[in-house]
Amino acid sequence: MLGGLLAYPIYQLGLISVFHYTQAQVSGGEPTTFEGFGNYAELFGDGQFWEVLLATVVFAAACVVSTLAVGCALAVLLTRVRAVPRLALMLAALGAWATPAITGSTVWLFLFDADFGPVNRVLGLGDHSWTYGRFSAFFLVLLEVVWCSFPFVMVTVYAGIRAVPAEVLEAAALDGASQWRIWRSVLAPMLRPILVVVTIQSVIWDFKVFTQIYVMTGGGGIAGQNLVLNVYAYQKAFASSQYSLGAAIGVVMLLILLAVTLVYLRLLRRQGEEL
Amino acid sequence: MKLSIRMVAVAAVLATAACAPQTSGTSSSDKDEKTGTLRVWLFQEVNNTPKEQVVDSVLAEFEKEHEGAEVTVEYIPVETRAQRIKAAFNDPGSAPDLIEYGNTDTAGYVKDGGLADVTEDFRAWGEAEDTDPTARQSVTVGGRVYGVPYFVGVRALYYRTDVFEELGLDVPKTQAELISTAKRIRAAKPELYGLAVGGAYTYGAMPFIWAHGGELATGKGGSYAAAIDSAAARKGIEAYTSLFGDDNCPAAKCAAMTGNDTITAFAAGKAAMAIGGDFSHAAVEAGTVKGAYAVVPLPGVKTGSIAPAFAGGNNLGVLKSTTHRTLAVDLMKRLASKEAQGELFEAMGFLPTFSDVRQQVAAKEAFVKPFVETLAADTKFVPASPAWAQIDAGQVLPTMFQEVVSGKKDVDSAAADAAKKMNDAFRSVG
Repeated sequence: MLGGLLAYPIYQLGLISVFHYTQAQVSGGEPTTFEGFGNYAELFGDGQFWEVLLATVVFAAACVVSTLAVGCALAVLLTRVRAVPRLALMLAALGAWATPAITGSTVWLFLFDADFGPVNRVLGLGDHSWTYGRFSAFFLVLLEVVWCSFPFVMVTVYAGIRAVPAEVLEAAALDGASQWRIWRSVLAPMLRPILVVVTIQSVIWDFKVFTQIYVMTGGGGIAGQNLVLNVYAYQKAFASSQYSLGAAIGVVMLLILLAVTLVYLRLLRRQGEEL
Repeated sequence: MKLSIRMVAVAAVLATAACAPQTSGTSSSDKDEKTGTLRVWLFQEVNNTPKEQVVDSVLAEFEKEHEGAEVTVEYIPVETRAQRIKAAFNDPGSAPDLIEYGNTDTAGYVKDGGLADVTEDFRAWGEAEDTDPTARQSVTVGGRVYGVPYFVGVRALYYRTDVFEELGLDVPKTQAELISTAKRIRAAKPELYGLAVGGAYTYGAMPFIWAHGGELATGKGGSYAAAIDSAAARKGIEAYTSLFGDDNCPAAKCAAMTGNDTITAFAAGKAAMAIGGDFSHAAVEAGTVKGAYAVVPLPGVKTGSIAPAFAGGNNLGVLKSTTHRTLAVDLMKRLASKEAQGELFEAMGFLPTFSDVRQQVAAKEAFVKPFVETLAADTKFVPASPAWAQIDAGQVLPTMFQEVVSGKKDVDSAAADAAKKMNDAFRSVG
């Protein structure tokens, strides 16, 4: 049953990706034709696809690193502060977590709005447009992505730290280890399984980011400079009804994510750790 | 992880057995019932009540004429029309009999197999001969007619009379004057855009290309070839993109703007000029510039000429899957008749698609004069190819303008890239 639920959509995705399948085929205006790997050839021959793929990988990597750094730092902070500030930080993080992506994106966009945004007013930037430059637009989206996904990392890692016996930490502190040293030599190795899970989760999330880019850069930015794979696939599949091309992009994304995850697990296993 | 041989075998069998993804058979229906319920989808406009009243009076007459026939009208939101109509094509069982659709979608819907060929009915329809040529072109694909024009929309130049008076400026008579006037206003009043333009405002940019003698694409019927990289078209692109910059409309803001954004800026008093449609009239009237603006046709290259405008608008079409073809065609003709279009204009301000009716209403309402003049001068239409939907959704033209105004590419290479993408799209639809 579970296998069916998982396999059937993927099977359909793969199937559609080897046919010429647009709106005309769906509604029966034209017969469906088998294309083999034609859609993939078209995709790989398209310079824009490689550009978008590169942007997606770099952007996702930046998001994952930032999210993990912020999440872990705040998790450690949580263990060091007293109850009231801890509660406040927890609530703030949960608030960010619970905010729907569309709402979050819109609010961030407003904060950085060229004409009415408070950020420009506070920084005295006049009517500087944050979404005009490629990197500044990606940076803006990165902030939003980190903001809405660090709570998961923070809460999970915090729970992990709580499970670490207090004596271990105490012993390290007595030996004169700095906070950073404790994290690197004691906590991180003990939390490895948890870190693996949140990293894989983050990779998958950030690689598939859609809403933030779609909302904050108006569907891909000036001249498509902020397109990521998911938005690109949407543009192909739904906006212009080239379902088969969209499906091919989906399959490529699936394979990339699967490969990343497998390589990661493999590396871990070689180090003698079992998940 | 290990994939078992058995699983692979099962997958292989499935893959060969199931063969193709689902399609729905919308071959045209053989049935043509003369009674029963006709389902109609029309677009939900902002402030829809006057439209409903016009439609209701047509329906009342229709139902009186056809005993046993009943009509239900559903007003569908414009934003989600694409999904709704696609879904209707996919599921003939719950599809309507008659729909309103945007005229740039005609070729795509025909290729999808969604619209019924009504060429003979259109020819036999007495009123059809007064339909203006561009409107007729917007329902025609490969020489066959797939609907009737419902109304047209066209754009012209809105300008602030108070600003022009204060600075002692004349209304621009050529495109060169338009550009220099815009820059003079910006220099005198840096808080205003001279002429509000948008990198994503394709329909505002097209008149510049056409005025210089350029075309988006050339060809007829099925085979089109991009012409956006021709020398004439590039001159138009050059002219339009020269309006982006700190001396008129800063690229950092204007590159991403759409047509609506430019009208919003104008209505809010942030621009001295804007290219807006007859359908933008209400939005501008509701803004702070009410009473301090006028509209003239967008000037062409030569003194006194009018730049060819894009003839937008909506059509009505009968679905191929209808089981009440005769009734649906009759209702379509009634809804789009001269009388009904005249009433629709009075109710909603939508311009009639019949040249003679349009002249009559222009005499009554002063604000439509510049738009009717523009329509009378010359209008053009996007390529009647299903590839247009792909080109439009793929943001080919906005990307081209944005690449130029943001300095990523020069006009020649941006136009060449756009032409390549357009040709790819034309080729992919055969």
